[in-house]
Amino acid sequence: MADSRARRADAVATVLVWSAALLVTGVFLWLLADVVRHGAGRISWSFLTSPPRNAGRDGGIGPVLVSTSLLLLVCLGVSLPVGLGTAVLLAEFTPASGAFGRLVRRSLDVLSGVPSIVFGLFGNAFFCKTLGLGFSLLSGGLTLACMVLPILIRSIEEGFRAVPNDYRLGAAALGLSRTSTLVHLLLPAAVPGLVVGLVLGVGRAAAETAALIFTSGYVDRMPESLLDSGRSLSIHIFDLSMNVSGGDANAYAAALVLVVLLLAVNGLASWLADRWLRRRVLPV
Amino acid sequence: MFRFPRSDRLLLWSLRGCAAVAGAVLLLIVAFLVAESLPALRHVGLTAFFTDPSWHPAEGLYNLTPMLWGTLFAMTGAVLVATPLGVLSAVFRHYYAPPAVARLYRRLIELLAGIPSVVYGFWGLVSVVPLIARLRPPGTSLLAGIAILTLMILPTIALMADAALASVPPQYLRGAAALGLSRWATIRGVVFPAAKSGLFTGVILETGRAIGETMAVLMVCGNVVETPRSLFDPVRTLTANIALEMSFALGDHRSALFVSGLLLMGMIVALAVAAEVIGKERIYG
Amino acid sequence: MNPPLRIENLTLRYGDKTALEAVTLTVPPGRITALIGPSGCGKTSLLNCLNRLTDLIPGCRVSGRVRVGDLDVLDPKTDVLTLRRRVGMIFQKPNPFPFSVRRNLEFPLREHGVRDRRKLAERVETALRDVGLWDEVKDRLNGPATALSGGQQQRLCLARALALAPEVLLLDEPCSALDPISSGVVEDLIVRLRDRLTLLIVTHNLAQARRMADEAAFFWVRDGAGRLVEHGPARQLFEEPKQTLTADYITGMRG
Repeated sequence: MADSRARRADAVATVLVWSAALLVTGVFLWLLADVVRHGAGRISWSFLTSPPRNAGRDGGIGPVLVSTSLLLLVCLGVSLPVGLGTAVLLAEFTPASGAFGRLVRRSLDVLSGVPSIVFGLFGNAFFCKTLGLGFSLLSGGLTLACMVLPILIRSIEEGFRAVPNDYRLGAAALGLSRTSTLVHLLLPAAVPGLVVGLVLGVGRAAAETAALIFTSGYVDRMPESLLDSGRSLSIHIFDLSMNVSGGDANAYAAALVLVVLLLAVNGLASWLADRWLRRRVLPV
Repeated sequence: MFRFPRSDRLLLWSLRGCAAVAGAVLLLIVAFLVAESLPALRHVGLTAFFTDPSWHPAEGLYNLTPMLWGTLFAMTGAVLVATPLGVLSAVFRHYYAPPAVARLYRRLIELLAGIPSVVYGFWGLVSVVPLIARLRPPGTSLLAGIAILTLMILPTIALMADAALASVPPQYLRGAAALGLSRWATIRGVVFPAAKSGLFTGVILETGRAIGETMAVLMVCGNVVETPRSLFDPVRTLTANIALEMSFALGDHRSALFVSGLLLMGMIVALAVAAEVIGKERIYG
Repeated sequence: MNPPLRIENLTLRYGDKTALEAVTLTVPPGRITALIGPSGCGKTSLLNCLNRLTDLIPGCRVSGRVRVGDLDVLDPKTDVLTLRRRVGMIFQKPNPFPFSVRRNLEFPLREHGVRDRRKLAERVETALRDVGLWDEVKDRLNGPATALSGGQQQRLCLARALALAPEVLLLDEPCSALDPISSGVVEDLIVRLRDRLTLLIVTHNLAQARRMADEAAFFWVRDGAGRLVEHGPARQLFEEPKQTLTADYITGMRG
């Protein structure tokens, strides 16, 4: 009764599946190869530290890297405390918060789906205009903080959930206050989730362009304060490729730097998550 | 624990404060979008956004429909191509690839999920657009947009499908093997139905991403404000429109861009709601 | 007439651990053979070799010879899909697919070449009648199989395997996850299948083995590997075992 139709279908399926995998792999390797091939030649210490010249066609990306770092600092500096507090509330005190907690979670869920250009519009209207910060690293960083909040909170929550309940029960049985339990026992144990969240947040923020074009601006000089405008690496690449003829060569180099940075960051997050979070969550 | 000691109450209220800030962000976004859209809605009127002869802010014309079509066509094309490729990629990793290859493949997909949209756009501009231009100039076109958008949303669907396949209970697989079912029959007949809610979520997420993508499509689509009539026509999406014009838009023009921002938000929310109603499950949760 | 199931010098290794060492056993056709012994001595592994489910376990090496009639089970050239139709398996925990009752039965039939609608309906009904489920489910054939009770689910799994007209049925502790009443029902069902099929059942329940088995084979772990200690007609093994180890296990003094 061995059925030939089923076997033929199985064989065809095998061919299709392998073809899909090869196609996907091929295209992506093509992309990566292009970036490496065209960009690697221009990378050097001086490229990474000197300012752009001739609208970016020559020179390097020094100030751009500084602006990018400042943007990330503002972003994390603001989102981390807010995110940590929210995550702790949702993870440890949810019953006590009831409807409020549910509302917050829902709003964060929707937030994680909002397109980055809409964040850009919001940032422009709220931070730049209403709060009067203008085109600045501060506006850009705050906008990024809003974007990164859902990812951060989700990750920290997971970190707290991974902490075994025995800790909490043991602490309660010893008469420890919840604040004390939280600060001395739970927070240290939940550090993995926190770190993973941070790293993921950095990854998302560093890759962002649309949210920054009208919040932190385009200026490619070295910024002198957080209220100065500055461009991130991704905006620099955008500018060089779209607005500057002959800027392709440096664009490739900047792209390579950004890709390597992001690969390192995401790889780190992945590795940490595997090592710390999964191992604690899975039963033996 | 119904009564908290003093220190705990302090903690609870500061935590609630943080959560309130986090929750307020969405409210603020909607509030500001609406506030900034009001001038255009009042002066120009909602219907004008769909019935004006064209999009020409300098002359007070604000028809969004060519860009709406641009967004919809690009999104549909990308989802149609990326979904089978992404799902088959996940199937490959779980059921066809030797273990070492499977690990490498997954790392590749994860890596690609992290490549920023500018880089996709840039590469599309310098490598893909010229190829299309050889077929039919100018090269920057709906087709280029679909191609790059496909690449960008592929990791989303591939990783979601991967997780969905991983959650299929192993006893289904053993049972299917014991019944003498071939590999593809097991995948098609047992695995896919068992994984369907995860796959569905993946499709919704990738569609949302396709709608919201800005930079990459801006860079390769050509940005001509006209409803495309063929794959080779240049298009402009709603997102690209905002990005291109925001820097010099004033008054009603600027307000009109906020209206298009509201439209985008509306599409995303509608997508999530539709998905939850159909799938009976939280999408972004 | 059913062919005999001949196992010769079967050895199964997972990595550097030996699960089964040199098992030789002939399973008489049309009879119920019980595999008894404490957990960890390779009984389930033995079943997995017989329908090549071991192919799915990475790092697993099988050597020896297994024949069902003239079919060489372990030969790499043997078609595994056909093998598994002829040698069916029932698992300890009932595992119906998350489909309707009807689809659970129709899907494997279709895959093995039965496409005609009327034939399908016939075989579905026959299989369900064979396991005594027909009257219980005939009005909800399109309802989810997972809504059935544990005992019903296990009988559904039996029906699913029987619909494929196997010659051998491997049962891995089919009643241990069921309540006593369902367990009794499934047991009676298995006994009714005697003569029609060759049945090989792994069980921890010695009383059950005594009730059901025609032949019995006793396994034990020695020197880190599962070995066949004694086998023969059930009555003889239970009442006059040749080995002291067997006697000790049967009387509950060991294991």
